[in-house]
Amino acid sequence: MQQISDILSFHRADRSDLIPILHEVQSRLGYIPPEAMQAAADHVGMSASEVYGVATFYSAFKFKPVGRHCVKACRGTACHVKGSEKILAEIEKALGIKDGDTSADGEYSLETVACLGSCALAPVLVVDERVYGRVTPARVKSILRGER
Amino acid sequence: MNLSGLREQANNAWKAVNEPSRPQVLVGQATCGEASGAGEVNHSILETLKRLGIEADVHSVGCIGACYCEPLVDIVKPGAPRICYHSMTPALVSELLEDYLVKDNPRPDLALGVWGESRFGIPALFELPMFKPQMRIALRNAGVIDPENMMHYIARGGYTGLERALKMAPEAVIAEIEKSGLRGRGGAGFSTGLKWKLCRQAKGSPKYIICNADEGDPGAFMDRDLLESDPHAVLEGILTGAHAMGAAEGIIYIRAEYPLAIKRLVKAISQMRDIGLLGKNILGSGFDFDLRIVMGAGAFVCGEETAMMNSIMGRRGTPRPRPPFPAESGLWGKPTSINNVETWACVSAIMEKGADWFSSFGTEKSKGTKTFSLAGKINRTGLIEVPMGITLQEIIFGIGGGIPGGKSLKAVQTGGPSGGCIPASMLSLPVDYEALTKAGSYIGSGGMIVLDEDNCMVETARYFLSFTTSESCGKCVPCRLGTRQLLTILTDITQGKGKPQDIPAILGLGKSMRQGSLCGLGQGAPNPAMTTIAYFREEYDEHINSHVCRAGECRALISYTIIAERCKGCAICLRACPSAAITGEKGKPHVIDISKCSQCGNCLDVCPKKFNAVVKVPAAGPAAVPAAKG
Repeated sequence: MQQISDILSFHRADRSDLIPILHEVQSRLGYIPPEAMQAAADHVGMSASEVYGVATFYSAFKFKPVGRHCVKACRGTACHVKGSEKILAEIEKALGIKDGDTSADGEYSLETVACLGSCALAPVLVVDERVYGRVTPARVKSILRGER
Repeated sequence: MNLSGLREQANNAWKAVNEPSRPQVLVGQATCGEASGAGEVNHSILETLKRLGIEADVHSVGCIGACYCEPLVDIVKPGAPRICYHSMTPALVSELLEDYLVKDNPRPDLALGVWGESRFGIPALFELPMFKPQMRIALRNAGVIDPENMMHYIARGGYTGLERALKMAPEAVIAEIEKSGLRGRGGAGFSTGLKWKLCRQAKGSPKYIICNADEGDPGAFMDRDLLESDPHAVLEGILTGAHAMGAAEGIIYIRAEYPLAIKRLVKAISQMRDIGLLGKNILGSGFDFDLRIVMGAGAFVCGEETAMMNSIMGRRGTPRPRPPFPAESGLWGKPTSINNVETWACVSAIMEKGADWFSSFGTEKSKGTKTFSLAGKINRTGLIEVPMGITLQEIIFGIGGGIPGGKSLKAVQTGGPSGGCIPASMLSLPVDYEALTKAGSYIGSGGMIVLDEDNCMVETARYFLSFTTSESCGKCVPCRLGTRQLLTILTDITQGKGKPQDIPAILGLGKSMRQGSLCGLGQGAPNPAMTTIAYFREEYDEHINSHVCRAGECRALISYTIIAERCKGCAICLRACPSAAITGEKGKPHVIDISKCSQCGNCLDVCPKKFNAVVKVPAAGPAAVPAAKG
């Protein structure tokens, strides 16, 4: 809660600061817990339900705790035509989780994203902040192992 | 204050790179370079220089667009031209540095080209087939300069256009932009000068300007590359526009998926503030302006201007009907002008070199150049900038070097999820706003995905509809229900459950969506399906009537089998099969049990090429049974 009030203290009590607040909460906590939504609502003068409506509109915001490592598989057009579906299947197999889930040990979260903009190197995979290009199903395991 | 004091300092800084007294090493470190391992290459360069005891300067530059052969490293040795080396690895770059800097061997075998004239048997970089047809205006500094070093930008003529604009009346700046013929590079192609004029003339204060950097089209990365490689070119354009329209505040709306672009923008903005290019009384002109960055949060529809404004104001990013247009009533009800990243970068070039220079490129109605990201089934993937009016043939086979693996080109997808597929038979089509629209596609922001014979056109349409369905904001009915319905029909067809009446249903639904949807997302969403029906009708008919996918991409319509005579029984496919559908003793031919097979194709991928025992065949079994007549 202390972290949330720290974040709020840097923001104006204005609705246009809501999305920046949500971004910061997520970057510190990894997700947006209900109490952060309530605190943000009080700070910018909106109801909690309105904040919930805004937050859930945007796919970047998460409402469940995420794993220590975040794996993002790109489902953009270039990746799609170069077989991203197989890459995703391989990751799901390797981590034992589906798109949108977090592994039971809390190590990995897996999500698909619309396009990472590295289309020239499709198919593309991001682990935490690191971008991997020209991924093949055979490379998936070694990429994931590098993060352990 | 003016910039003339800084120009000398800038020229010296730039001279130190190009006519150096000690070696200069420049590493391409935009996202594509990083994804190919530029970080490790940079590390290896520093280690090698230390080991060899060589005093040299290492710079990080942006992307020159040759993403297919990243990581790129340029070396400038005193007395020699800048040489670009490609496909570097930590080991290779170490070898190169030792050979060139110590043994004076420029290693032509590792080089891509020389900046300037051919030398040491290395070809001239800009005479190569990939670069020769290009004209780089928005990308003038991309891959050339260190994007985090403002002095490099200034030395290359940066901010001279702004200085000129600030001495002109705002109306004269708008007239100059109008004269240049510049049209919005985000896709719609509206006249930039006219857009600015409407905002200038609108009553209301303060006025806002927005830089649209919410590059959501999957398959497009022009804006990311430009912002990572030359942020000041965009920022100078924004400042010029603010002066012309009388705006006091600017907002850059950028997608959160572009962390490096955001980092470089933040740095560039603080550099501007340090030398008085932002804030009160900019360059002593009496003009006040400030700029901030707002991050998107993963909603494609926010690329639409009214949705974007809602998002900036802290609301759900849904569009609203227009009029009123943003120029009259935008952010907080005030006049607002929204322009795309590339448009802003063109503005700064136009103010530097003049409207006549800019309009000397391009076609009658589409002036200047356009950046495109080339991706998909093409040899030289990357980012290019070409004069408007160039043909698709020149782009794909000239610049892009054709289709890999001896396959044949089937179509080019332009304009992202709102665009369409242009068939190989129309390659002579000139690329400009009108010609692409006439072909049923549109120029869009500039994504160009090349599809070959292995890509199914029905599946391609289904893919785009799956995207627009999940990104539809749900506010208007034609888009919300229309995308869902189109996706259901297309999915059925790809699974062999299509019916002859599906085609007229798609066309009718598409027409209603075009007419009835609130914004470009819904209006454009039927385009991938409608253009593929127009140009690839036979593929739809084959899926529906014969349950055949000629590209072999639709899983339900294909099957895999092992040719017993070729199979050596090595068990590689058996181990790779996720469904345990393959059986067989070691050393004896294996067999695939169709009832267990999920058609993932792993067996085909892993079967050693020398055996080539696994083949893809049209599906037998349930999918081949004709659908009930209905």
